[in-house]
Amino acid sequence: MHTVRVIPCLDVDGGRVVKGVNFVGLRDAGDPVELAARYDREGADELVFLDITASSDARDTILEVVRRTAEEVFIPFTVGGGVRSVEDARGILRAGADKVSVNTAAAERPELVTELAAEFGSQCVVVAIDARRSESAPSGFEVFTHGGRTPTGRDAVAWAVEAEQRGAGEFLQTSMDRDGTRDGFDLEMLSAIGVATAVPLVASGGVGTLDHLVDGARLGGVDAVLAASIFHFGEHSVAEAKAHLAAAGVVVRPAAG
Amino acid sequence: MTRGGPSVAVLDYGIGNLRSAQKALQRVGADARLTADPTDIAAADGVVLPGVGAFGRCSQALEASGLTEVARAAALDAGAGGRPFLGICVGLQLLFAASEESPGSAGLGVLEGTVALLPEGVKRPQMQWNRLDHESGHAGHPMFAELGDEPWVYFVHSYSAPVDGDTVATCEYGGTLCAAVARGSLWATQFHPEKSGDTGLAVLGNFVAAVAA
Repeated sequence: MHTVRVIPCLDVDGGRVVKGVNFVGLRDAGDPVELAARYDREGADELVFLDITASSDARDTILEVVRRTAEEVFIPFTVGGGVRSVEDARGILRAGADKVSVNTAAAERPELVTELAAEFGSQCVVVAIDARRSESAPSGFEVFTHGGRTPTGRDAVAWAVEAEQRGAGEFLQTSMDRDGTRDGFDLEMLSAIGVATAVPLVASGGVGTLDHLVDGARLGGVDAVLAASIFHFGEHSVAEAKAHLAAAGVVVRPAAG
Repeated sequence: MTRGGPSVAVLDYGIGNLRSAQKALQRVGADARLTADPTDIAAADGVVLPGVGAFGRCSQALEASGLTEVARAAALDAGAGGRPFLGICVGLQLLFAASEESPGSAGLGVLEGTVALLPEGVKRPQMQWNRLDHESGHAGHPMFAELGDEPWVYFVHSYSAPVDGDTVATCEYGGTLCAAVARGSLWATQFHPEKSGDTGLAVLGNFVAAVAA
């Protein structure tokens, strides 16, 4: 049985959740661990923490978040943002994360994917691919780095194929055209990556409604759907999202009763 | 942080995320310690063998830590009804003699058979939650006490153990796969109980209850 995972994403800056979180009943809406525990209770299958801390001297704060999360939350979680080396990844995994996600550093130096897979195993290595539509890229999709600001000239599908050969265990595919728009996933982009690769694929970028989650989950080759704002603002709980997916015929782990 | 309770030695042989297993065991009342010291392991009330990544790498890491014989003896003792032992993920696979994943590497050989690649036609790894199906006659196994009729647990694996007389639970993924085995006090799960939310904590709680008994 193939089930689709539902993954809330938390952006963390200096150890605090950013991108407005608006929940009734949280003691501290900025505490990533408290929010993670809430999503766990609602039936989240997995969590992604994206560390967007700009200053390097504040980066150790994410390790403290990981350590505290590992004490409170017993579902898988991935940590990404600023992972540039095997040692960066080791620190995150030893603190209790299950997977690390690499993005800019891997696009700049693809050997990083090979090194991480050799050291920790592919199951720990998520390659995040931020891409935009581009007429210059053969597949029509180009990899962007540095939070979607910097074009790389690298074709997104070709990069996914290379990253898989280097040992990527999962792809986190974000359309930077759609990210933040709430217009829904870029289904063509997801399909292009899904057809070309065989490892699990997480769809990201643009979710504004529960139907958008269904659109992504129904697409062949997609194994998980990730969203941030529809969960953070309390518009929809993870349990509602799963009930909506199940009603549309998508097999999901039922939210805890 | 929980202290006291039955002592559980989590074998720390330099692979993967052992902190999650330790924290989850502590959550359900065990005095869980990460250790590679044979004296500590001998003194513990129960033993946990975790494992992630490739079979061969785990086998070599166990050997390099000097724990192969310690683990084998503990698993054999548990299989004969002695001190409880729990293998997790590759820690389950290591109980078998060999794996198609790493033909040159030996497992502990406590259970019979070879770990095989997942069937054709499904993504590898299985990286998802899946529903456990109890093997007939094993629904009442103490591993599954208080889990409810349809327990969902989290899997990450590309290889699986044979379904045979020691199999107590399976899951469906391109075929019927071994999800858990038990022989005497020797328990092992292909899924990750430390990452399976309340259901996984219940499995670990059942193990700790067996350790305390």
